[in-house]
Amino acid sequence: MDAADVPQENIVTYGGHAKAVYARTGDGRLGLVRTSGWEAEEIVTRQAVEAFEALAKAARERARAGQSSPLEFHMYRARMDVSLLAQASGIWRWRVQRHLRPKVFVRLSPALRTRYAEALGIPPERLESLD
Amino acid sequence: MDPQSRFVHQQASHCESGVMSTIARHYGLPLSEPMAFGLASALTFVYLPFIKLSGLPLISYRMPPKTIIRGLQKPLQFSMRSETFRRPEDGAARLDELLDAGRIVGLQVSIFWLPFMPPDFRFHFNAHNLLAFGRDETNGDYLLSDPVLEEPVRCAPADLMKARFARGLLAPKGLLYYPASPPLEPDWKRVIPAAIKKTARAMLHTPLPFIGVKGIGRIARAFERLPAVSGPQAAKLFIGHMVRMQEEIGTGGGGFRFIYAAFLEEAAPLAGHPALAELSEQLVEIGDSWREFALAAARMIRDRDPLDPTRLAESLRTLAAREKIFFAALDKAVRQTPP
Repeated sequence: MDAADVPQENIVTYGGHAKAVYARTGDGRLGLVRTSGWEAEEIVTRQAVEAFEALAKAARERARAGQSSPLEFHMYRARMDVSLLAQASGIWRWRVQRHLRPKVFVRLSPALRTRYAEALGIPPERLESLD
Repeated sequence: MDPQSRFVHQQASHCESGVMSTIARHYGLPLSEPMAFGLASALTFVYLPFIKLSGLPLISYRMPPKTIIRGLQKPLQFSMRSETFRRPEDGAARLDELLDAGRIVGLQVSIFWLPFMPPDFRFHFNAHNLLAFGRDETNGDYLLSDPVLEEPVRCAPADLMKARFARGLLAPKGLLYYPASPPLEPDWKRVIPAAIKKTARAMLHTPLPFIGVKGIGRIARAFERLPAVSGPQAAKLFIGHMVRMQEEIGTGGGGFRFIYAAFLEEAAPLAGHPALAELSEQLVEIGDSWREFALAAARMIRDRDPLDPTRLAESLRTLAAREKIFFAALDKAVRQTPP
Protein backbone atom coordinates (compact mmCIF):
# COMPACT_ATOMS: atom_id res chain seq x y z
CA MET A 1 0.00 0.00 0.00
CA ASP A 2 1.36 3.42 -0.94
CA ALA A 3 0.91 6.37 1.42
CA ALA A 4 -1.34 8.03 -1.16
CA ASP A 5 -3.63 4.97 -1.08
CA VAL A 6 -4.01 4.92 2.71
CA PRO A 7 -7.74 5.51 3.22
CA GLN A 8 -8.76 8.83 4.75
CA GLU A 9 -12.48 8.29 5.07
CA ASN A 10 -13.18 9.94 8.46
CA ILE A 11 -15.05 6.89 9.69
CA VAL A 12 -17.49 7.31 12.58
CA THR A 13 -16.04 4.49 14.67
CA TYR A 14 -12.79 6.47 15.16
CA GLY A 15 -14.78 9.22 16.90
CA GLY A 16 -12.52 11.93 15.45
CA HIS A 17 -9.31 10.04 16.28
CA ALA A 18 -6.75 8.83 13.78
CA LYS A 19 -4.76 5.62 13.73
CA ALA A 20 -1.45 4.81 12.11
CA VAL A 21 -0.66 2.12 9.55
CA TYR A 22 2.46 1.14 7.63
CA ALA A 23 2.62 2.15 3.98
CA ARG A 24 5.20 3.14 1.40
CA THR A 25 6.02 6.79 1.97
CA GLY A 26 7.46 9.40 -0.41
CA ASP A 27 11.05 8.29 0.06
CA GLY A 28 10.15 4.77 -1.08
CA ARG A 29 10.44 3.23 2.39
CA LEU A 30 7.74 1.79 4.61
CA GLY A 31 6.73 4.09 7.44
CA LEU A 32 3.83 5.07 9.66
CA VAL A 33 1.06 6.95 7.89
CA ARG A 34 -1.85 8.57 9.67
CA THR A 35 -5.29 7.32 8.67
CA SER A 36 -8.71 8.70 9.51
CA GLY A 37 -10.15 5.29 8.76
CA TRP A 38 -11.24 2.86 6.11
CA GLU A 39 -14.78 1.98 5.15
CA ALA A 40 -14.17 -1.77 5.47
CA GLU A 41 -13.09 -1.33 9.09
CA GLU A 42 -16.04 0.93 9.82
CA ILE A 43 -18.47 -1.66 8.45
CA VAL A 44 -17.16 -4.52 10.58
CA THR A 45 -16.82 -2.43 13.75
CA ARG A 46 -20.34 -1.08 13.37
CA GLN A 47 -21.57 -4.59 12.70
CA ALA A 48 -20.20 -5.72 16.05
CA VAL A 49 -21.52 -2.66 17.91
CA GLU A 50 -24.93 -2.96 16.28
CA ALA A 51 -25.15 -6.65 17.19
CA PHE A 52 -24.93 -5.69 20.87
CA GLU A 53 -27.30 -2.76 20.39
CA ALA A 54 -29.89 -5.05 18.83
CA LEU A 55 -29.55 -7.52 21.69
CA ALA A 56 -29.93 -4.70 24.24
CA LYS A 57 -32.99 -3.34 22.48
CA ALA A 58 -34.68 -6.72 22.34
CA ALA A 59 -33.81 -7.32 26.01
CA ARG A 60 -35.31 -3.96 26.99
CA GLU A 61 -38.55 -4.85 25.23
CA ARG A 62 -38.64 -8.24 26.92
CA ALA A 63 -38.03 -6.53 30.27
CA ARG A 64 -40.88 -4.08 29.65
CA ALA A 65 -43.13 -7.01 28.79
CA GLY A 66 -42.13 -8.70 32.04
CA GLN A 67 -40.42 -11.61 30.28
CA SER A 68 -36.91 -10.74 31.36
CA SER A 69 -35.12 -8.83 34.11
CA PRO A 70 -33.42 -5.47 33.52
CA LEU A 71 -30.14 -7.25 34.19
CA GLU A 72 -30.26 -8.75 30.71
CA PHE A 73 -30.62 -5.30 29.18
CA HIS A 74 -27.70 -3.90 31.20
CA MET A 75 -25.57 -6.91 30.34
CA TYR A 76 -25.90 -6.38 26.60
CA ARG A 77 -25.62 -2.60 26.96
CA ALA A 78 -22.22 -3.19 28.60
CA ARG A 79 -21.29 -5.36 25.56
CA MET A 80 -21.27 -8.53 27.62
CA ASP A 81 -22.97 -11.89 27.41
CA VAL A 82 -23.82 -14.36 30.19
CA SER A 83 -20.34 -15.95 30.29
CA LEU A 84 -18.59 -12.61 30.42
CA LEU A 85 -20.92 -11.17 33.05
CA ALA A 86 -20.42 -14.32 35.12
CA GLN A 87 -16.64 -13.90 34.90
CA ALA A 88 -16.74 -10.16 35.54
CA SER A 89 -19.00 -10.45 38.59
CA GLY A 90 -17.60 -13.73 39.90
CA ILE A 91 -21.11 -15.18 40.00
CA TRP A 92 -21.72 -18.64 38.58
CA ARG A 93 -23.09 -18.76 35.05
CA TRP A 94 -26.20 -20.69 36.01
CA ARG A 95 -26.97 -18.12 38.72
CA VAL A 96 -26.57 -15.24 36.29
CA GLN A 97 -28.89 -17.08 33.93
CA ARG A 98 -31.42 -17.41 36.76
CA HIS A 99 -31.14 -13.74 37.64
CA LEU A 100 -32.28 -12.85 34.15
CA ARG A 101 -35.77 -14.05 35.21
CA PRO A 102 -37.83 -11.11 36.50
CA LYS A 103 -39.23 -12.97 39.53
CA VAL A 104 -35.80 -14.01 40.72
CA PHE A 105 -34.30 -10.61 39.97
CA VAL A 106 -36.73 -8.65 42.22
CA ARG A 107 -35.66 -10.76 45.19
CA LEU A 108 -31.93 -10.22 44.62
CA SER A 109 -30.00 -9.27 47.76
CA PRO A 110 -28.38 -5.82 47.91
CA ALA A 111 -24.98 -7.50 48.02
CA LEU A 112 -25.57 -9.28 44.71
CA ARG A 113 -26.97 -6.13 43.17
CA THR A 114 -23.81 -4.28 44.14
CA ARG A 115 -21.67 -6.98 42.57
CA TYR A 116 -23.56 -6.82 39.31
CA ALA A 117 -23.51 -3.02 39.28
CA GLU A 118 -19.77 -3.02 39.86
CA ALA A 119 -19.16 -5.57 37.10
CA LEU A 120 -21.30 -3.50 34.74
CA GLY A 121 -19.78 -0.18 35.80
CA ILE A 122 -23.09 1.44 36.80
CA PRO A 123 -24.50 2.70 40.13
CA PRO A 124 -26.55 -0.04 41.88
CA GLU A 125 -29.83 1.92 41.71
CA ARG A 126 -29.57 2.05 37.94
CA LEU A 127 -29.76 -1.72 37.74
CA GLU A 128 -33.54 -1.59 38.17
CA SER A 129 -34.15 1.03 35.50
CA LEU A 130 -34.18 0.48 31.77
CA ASP A 131 -32.04 3.41 30.69
CA MET B 1 15.71 16.86 34.66
CA ASP B 2 13.65 13.95 35.88
CA PRO B 3 13.44 11.07 33.43
CA GLN B 4 9.68 11.25 32.97
CA SER B 5 9.71 14.81 31.70
CA ARG B 6 11.85 13.75 28.74
CA PHE B 7 9.34 11.01 27.91
CA VAL B 8 8.28 11.16 24.27
CA HIS B 9 4.93 9.72 23.24
CA GLN B 10 4.85 7.99 19.88
CA GLN B 11 1.84 6.67 18.05
CA ALA B 12 2.17 3.12 16.80
CA SER B 13 0.06 0.73 14.81
CA HIS B 14 -0.05 -2.01 17.44
CA CYS B 15 -0.25 -1.61 21.20
CA GLU B 16 2.28 -4.16 22.46
CA SER B 17 5.01 -3.46 19.89
CA GLY B 18 4.36 0.27 20.34
CA VAL B 19 4.81 0.08 24.11
CA MET B 20 7.97 -2.02 23.85
CA SER B 21 9.49 0.21 21.19
CA THR B 22 8.82 3.26 23.38
CA ILE B 23 10.26 1.56 26.48
CA ALA B 24 13.43 0.56 24.58
CA ARG B 25 13.87 4.06 23.23
CA HIS B 26 13.24 5.68 26.61
CA TYR B 27 15.93 3.51 28.17
CA GLY B 28 18.50 4.34 25.52
CA LEU B 29 18.04 1.93 22.60
CA PRO B 30 16.41 3.38 19.49
CA LEU B 31 14.17 0.52 18.34
CA SER B 32 11.44 0.99 15.77
CA GLU B 33 8.01 -0.51 16.27
CA PRO B 34 8.38 -2.92 13.30
CA MET B 35 11.77 -4.04 14.64
CA ALA B 36 10.20 -4.77 18.06
CA PHE B 37 7.43 -6.72 16.34
CA GLY B 38 9.72 -8.69 14.03
CA LEU B 39 12.47 -9.47 16.55
CA ALA B 40 9.86 -10.94 18.87
CA SER B 41 8.56 -13.17 16.01
CA ALA B 42 5.07 -11.83 16.67
CA LEU B 43 3.56 -12.49 13.25
CA THR B 44 1.44 -15.58 12.62
CA PHE B 45 -2.04 -16.78 11.78
CA VAL B 46 -4.22 -18.70 14.23
CA TYR B 47 -7.74 -20.02 13.92
CA LEU B 48 -9.08 -21.93 16.92
CA PRO B 49 -12.67 -22.97 16.14
CA PHE B 50 -13.16 -24.57 19.56
CA ILE B 51 -12.32 -21.45 21.60
CA LYS B 52 -15.37 -19.21 21.43
CA LEU B 53 -15.89 -15.63 22.57
CA SER B 54 -19.48 -14.43 22.40
CA GLY B 55 -20.09 -17.37 20.07
CA LEU B 56 -17.24 -16.48 17.69
CA PRO B 57 -14.01 -18.45 17.30
CA LEU B 58 -10.56 -17.18 18.20
CA ILE B 59 -8.86 -15.74 15.13
CA SER B 60 -5.56 -13.94 15.36
CA TYR B 61 -2.92 -12.69 12.97
CA ARG B 62 -0.28 -12.48 15.67
CA MET B 63 1.18 -14.54 18.51
CA PRO B 64 -0.55 -14.40 21.92
CA PRO B 65 -0.34 -11.33 24.20
CA LYS B 66 2.98 -10.81 26.04
CA THR B 67 4.93 -12.45 23.18
CA ILE B 68 6.63 -9.14 22.39
CA ILE B 69 7.26 -8.16 26.02
CA ARG B 70 8.92 -11.51 26.69
CA GLY B 71 10.37 -12.14 23.24
CA LEU B 72 12.59 -9.06 23.16
CA GLN B 73 14.51 -9.99 26.30
CA LYS B 74 16.81 -12.48 24.65
CA PRO B 75 17.78 -10.53 21.51
CA LEU B 76 18.21 -7.26 23.42
CA GLN B 77 20.01 -8.96 26.35
CA PHE B 78 17.95 -7.41 29.09
CA SER B 79 15.21 -8.52 31.41
CA MET B 80 11.69 -7.27 31.85
CA ARG B 81 10.19 -7.45 35.30
CA SER B 82 6.46 -8.13 35.41
CA GLU B 83 4.23 -8.02 38.46
CA THR B 84 0.60 -8.98 38.94
CA PHE B 85 -1.52 -8.35 41.99
CA ARG B 86 -4.26 -10.08 43.83
CA ARG B 87 -5.58 -6.87 45.40
CA PRO B 88 -6.22 -3.77 43.26
CA GLU B 89 -4.99 -1.47 46.05
CA ASP B 90 -1.60 -3.19 45.97
CA GLY B 91 -1.43 -2.80 42.22
CA ALA B 92 -2.21 0.92 42.47
CA ALA B 93 0.33 1.45 45.26
CA ARG B 94 3.07 -0.35 43.33
CA LEU B 95 2.40 1.67 40.18
CA ASP B 96 2.64 4.90 42.19
CA GLU B 97 5.86 3.75 43.78
CA LEU B 98 7.46 2.99 40.40
CA LEU B 99 6.27 6.29 38.93
CA ASP B 100 7.62 8.17 41.95
CA ALA B 101 10.96 6.46 41.34
CA GLY B 102 10.99 8.08 37.90
CA ARG B 103 10.21 5.00 35.83
CA ILE B 104 7.88 4.57 32.90
CA VAL B 105 5.68 1.54 33.37
CA GLY B 106 3.90 -0.73 30.88
CA LEU B 107 0.38 -1.79 31.82
CA GLN B 108 -1.99 -4.44 30.55
CA VAL B 109 -5.59 -3.20 30.59
CA SER B 110 -9.08 -3.91 29.33
CA ILE B 111 -9.82 -1.44 26.57
CA PHE B 112 -13.51 -1.38 27.54
CA TRP B 113 -12.92 0.59 30.76
CA LEU B 114 -10.71 3.32 29.30
CA PRO B 115 -12.87 6.46 29.26
CA PHE B 116 -10.60 8.29 26.80
CA MET B 117 -11.16 5.69 24.07
CA PRO B 118 -13.80 6.35 21.41
CA PRO B 119 -16.96 4.36 22.31
CA ASP B 120 -16.70 2.10 19.28
CA PHE B 121 -13.20 0.92 20.33
CA ARG B 122 -14.50 -0.16 23.70
CA PHE B 123 -15.04 -3.91 23.64
CA HIS B 124 -14.11 -6.34 26.38
CA PHE B 125 -10.60 -6.98 25.12
CA ASN B 126 -8.36 -7.54 28.12
CA ALA B 127 -4.95 -7.54 26.48
CA HIS B 128 -4.53 -3.90 25.51
CA ASN B 129 -1.20 -2.30 26.44
CA LEU B 130 -0.25 1.24 27.32
CA LEU B 131 2.38 3.16 29.29
CA ALA B 132 2.09 5.22 32.44
CA PHE B 133 4.73 7.95 32.60
CA GLY B 134 3.64 10.14 35.49
CA ARG B 135 0.90 11.57 37.68
CA ASP B 136 -0.68 14.97 37.85
CA GLU B 137 0.19 16.18 41.33
CA THR B 138 -2.86 18.42 41.61
CA ASN B 139 -5.64 15.90 40.98
CA GLY B 140 -3.90 12.50 40.98
CA ASP B 141 -4.71 11.70 37.33
CA TYR B 142 -2.34 9.30 35.62
CA LEU B 143 -0.46 10.50 32.55
CA LEU B 144 -0.72 7.75 29.98
CA SER B 145 0.78 7.10 26.60
CA ASP B 146 -1.54 4.85 24.60
CA PRO B 147 0.24 3.77 21.41
CA VAL B 148 -3.03 3.62 19.49
CA LEU B 149 -3.71 7.32 20.06
CA GLU B 150 -2.04 10.36 18.59
CA GLU B 151 -1.48 12.22 21.87
CA PRO B 152 -0.81 11.29 25.51
CA VAL B 153 -3.95 11.17 27.66
CA ARG B 154 -4.98 11.45 31.29
CA CYS B 155 -6.97 8.95 33.28
CA ALA B 156 -8.61 9.13 36.71
CA PRO B 157 -7.22 6.56 39.19
CA ALA B 158 -10.57 4.76 39.65
CA ASP B 159 -10.97 4.26 35.89
CA LEU B 160 -7.43 2.98 35.42
CA MET B 161 -7.87 0.61 38.35
CA LYS B 162 -11.02 -0.83 36.77
CA ALA B 163 -9.23 -1.31 33.45
CA ARG B 164 -6.23 -2.98 35.12
CA PHE B 165 -8.32 -5.37 37.17
CA ALA B 166 -11.00 -6.33 34.66
CA ARG B 167 -11.86 -10.01 34.86
CA GLY B 168 -12.53 -12.62 32.19
CA LEU B 169 -10.40 -14.15 29.43
CA LEU B 170 -6.78 -12.87 29.49
CA ALA B 171 -7.55 -10.95 32.68
CA PRO B 172 -4.66 -8.51 33.25
CA LYS B 173 -4.61 -8.98 37.07
CA GLY B 174 -3.06 -5.53 37.30
CA LEU B 175 -0.03 -6.59 35.23
CA LEU B 176 2.67 -3.95 35.10
CA TYR B 177 6.10 -4.33 33.52
CA TYR B 178 9.34 -2.40 33.23
CA PRO B 179 12.94 -3.17 32.31
CA ALA B 180 15.13 -4.37 35.16
CA SER B 181 18.20 -3.44 33.12
CA PRO B 182 18.53 -1.30 29.98
CA PRO B 183 18.17 -3.04 26.60
CA LEU B 184 21.38 -3.38 24.59
CA GLU B 185 22.04 -3.16 20.91
CA PRO B 186 22.00 -6.74 19.61
CA ASP B 187 24.20 -8.54 17.14
CA TRP B 188 21.79 -7.93 14.26
CA LYS B 189 23.38 -10.53 12.01
CA ARG B 190 22.51 -13.20 14.53
CA VAL B 191 19.18 -12.12 16.07
CA ILE B 192 17.39 -11.15 12.85
CA PRO B 193 17.80 -14.52 11.09
CA ALA B 194 16.87 -16.33 14.31
CA ALA B 195 13.65 -14.31 14.68
CA ILE B 196 12.71 -14.78 11.03
CA LYS B 197 13.32 -18.53 11.14
CA LYS B 198 11.00 -18.78 14.12
CA THR B 199 8.20 -16.94 12.30
CA ALA B 200 8.68 -19.04 9.15
CA ARG B 201 8.57 -22.20 11.23
CA ALA B 202 5.33 -21.15 12.93
CA MET B 203 3.74 -20.27 9.59
CA LEU B 204 4.83 -23.42 7.76
CA HIS B 205 5.63 -26.26 10.12
CA THR B 206 3.39 -26.11 13.18
CA PRO B 207 2.03 -29.63 13.48
CA LEU B 208 -1.48 -28.39 14.31
CA PRO B 209 -3.83 -27.65 11.40
CA PHE B 210 -5.06 -24.39 13.01
CA ILE B 211 -1.85 -22.39 12.85
CA GLY B 212 0.02 -20.72 10.01
CA VAL B 213 -0.84 -21.33 6.37
CA LYS B 214 -2.72 -24.49 7.35
CA GLY B 215 -4.91 -22.37 9.60
CA ILE B 216 -5.74 -20.06 6.69
CA GLY B 217 -6.76 -23.12 4.66
CA ARG B 218 -8.80 -24.37 7.59
CA ILE B 219 -10.77 -21.15 7.92
CA ALA B 220 -11.32 -21.13 4.15
CA ARG B 221 -13.06 -24.47 4.60
CA ALA B 222 -15.16 -23.05 7.43
CA PHE B 223 -16.20 -20.16 5.15
CA GLU B 224 -17.49 -22.60 2.53
CA ARG B 225 -19.75 -24.33 5.02
CA LEU B 226 -21.04 -21.10 6.56
CA PRO B 227 -24.46 -20.22 5.14
CA ALA B 228 -25.61 -23.84 4.97
CA VAL B 229 -24.75 -24.47 8.62
CA SER B 230 -25.81 -21.26 10.32
CA GLY B 231 -27.85 -19.00 8.02
CA PRO B 232 -26.86 -15.68 6.43
CA GLN B 233 -26.93 -13.52 9.58
CA ALA B 234 -24.57 -15.73 11.55
CA ALA B 235 -22.40 -16.13 8.44
CA LYS B 236 -22.03 -12.35 8.22
CA LEU B 237 -21.07 -12.12 11.90
CA PHE B 238 -18.39 -14.79 11.40
CA ILE B 239 -16.99 -13.05 8.32
CA GLY B 240 -17.11 -9.63 9.98
CA HIS B 241 -15.35 -11.03 13.02
CA MET B 242 -12.45 -12.27 10.91
CA VAL B 243 -12.13 -8.91 9.16
CA ARG B 244 -12.15 -7.12 12.53
CA MET B 245 -9.28 -9.25 13.78
CA GLN B 246 -7.43 -8.44 10.57
CA GLU B 247 -8.04 -4.71 10.23
CA GLU B 248 -9.31 -3.29 13.49
CA ILE B 249 -7.44 -4.35 16.61
CA GLY B 250 -4.31 -2.26 16.09
CA THR B 251 -2.97 -4.41 13.30
CA GLY B 252 -1.51 -1.69 11.15
CA GLY B 253 -3.70 -3.08 8.37
CA GLY B 254 -3.58 -6.32 6.44
CA GLY B 255 -3.36 -8.48 9.53
CA PHE B 256 0.13 -7.19 10.56
CA ARG B 257 1.56 -8.05 7.14
CA PHE B 258 2.55 -4.41 6.50
CA ILE B 259 4.32 -3.96 9.83
CA TYR B 260 6.22 -7.18 9.20
CA ALA B 261 7.14 -5.96 5.72
CA ALA B 262 8.52 -2.78 7.35
CA PHE B 263 10.54 -4.98 9.69
CA LEU B 264 12.02 -6.93 6.75
CA GLU B 265 12.93 -3.72 4.95
CA GLU B 266 14.72 -2.37 8.01
CA ALA B 267 16.32 -5.75 8.71
CA ALA B 268 17.82 -6.24 5.24
CA PRO B 269 20.92 -4.01 5.60
CA LEU B 270 21.34 -4.76 9.32
CA ALA B 271 21.40 -8.51 8.78
CA GLY B 272 23.40 -8.23 5.58
CA HIS B 273 20.69 -10.05 3.63
CA PRO B 274 19.66 -7.82 0.69
CA ALA B 275 17.09 -10.46 -0.34
CA LEU B 276 14.95 -9.38 2.63
CA ALA B 277 14.26 -6.01 0.98
CA GLU B 278 12.87 -7.71 -2.08
CA LEU B 279 10.83 -10.10 0.09
CA SER B 280 9.49 -7.08 1.97
CA GLU B 281 8.02 -5.81 -1.30
CA GLN B 282 6.38 -9.18 -1.91
CA LEU B 283 4.82 -9.11 1.55
CA VAL B 284 3.39 -5.63 0.92
CA GLU B 285 1.63 -7.12 -2.11
CA ILE B 286 0.32 -9.99 -0.01
CA GLY B 287 -0.89 -7.42 2.56
CA ASP B 288 -2.68 -5.57 -0.22
CA SER B 289 -4.47 -8.81 -1.13
CA TRP B 290 -5.55 -9.27 2.50
CA ARG B 291 -7.01 -5.76 2.31
CA GLU B 292 -8.87 -6.67 -0.91
CA PHE B 293 -10.27 -9.71 0.87
CA ALA B 294 -11.39 -7.45 3.77
CA LEU B 295 -13.11 -5.01 1.43
CA ALA B 296 -14.88 -7.77 -0.50
CA ALA B 297 -16.07 -9.26 2.80
CA ALA B 298 -17.26 -5.90 4.16
CA ARG B 299 -19.25 -5.23 1.00
CA MET B 300 -21.06 -8.55 1.42
CA ILE B 301 -21.84 -7.75 5.05
CA ARG B 302 -23.56 -4.53 4.00
CA ASP B 303 -25.34 -6.29 1.07
CA ARG B 304 -23.59 -4.19 -1.55
CA ASP B 305 -22.52 -7.47 -3.10
CA PRO B 306 -24.40 -10.76 -2.76
CA LEU B 307 -23.23 -12.87 0.18
CA ASP B 308 -20.87 -15.44 -1.26
CA PRO B 309 -18.53 -17.01 1.32
CA THR B 310 -17.24 -19.45 -1.30
CA ARG B 311 -15.73 -16.57 -3.23
CA LEU B 312 -14.05 -15.32 -0.02
CA ALA B 313 -12.82 -18.85 0.68
CA GLU B 314 -11.13 -18.86 -2.74
CA SER B 315 -9.32 -15.62 -1.89
CA LEU B 316 -8.21 -17.16 1.40
CA ARG B 317 -6.90 -20.28 -0.34
CA THR B 318 -4.93 -18.11 -2.76
CA LEU B 319 -3.53 -16.13 0.19
CA ALA B 320 -2.56 -19.34 1.98
CA ALA B 321 -0.76 -20.58 -1.14
CA ARG B 322 1.08 -17.28 -1.58
CA GLU B 323 2.10 -17.11 2.07
CA LYS B 324 3.35 -20.69 1.89
CA ILE B 325 5.68 -19.76 -0.96
CA PHE B 326 6.59 -16.47 0.68
CA PHE B 327 7.59 -17.86 4.08
CA ALA B 328 9.53 -20.70 2.49
CA ALA B 329 11.50 -18.13 0.47
CA LEU B 330 12.00 -16.04 3.61
CA ASP B 331 13.30 -19.03 5.52
CA LYS B 332 15.68 -19.88 2.68
CA ALA B 333 16.93 -16.29 2.44
CA VAL B 334 18.12 -16.14 6.04
CA ARG B 335 19.64 -19.61 5.93
CA GLN B 336 22.06 -18.57 3.22
CA THR B 337 25.38 -17.12 4.28
CA PRO B 338 25.32 -13.39 3.64
CA PRO B 339 27.35 -12.43 0.56
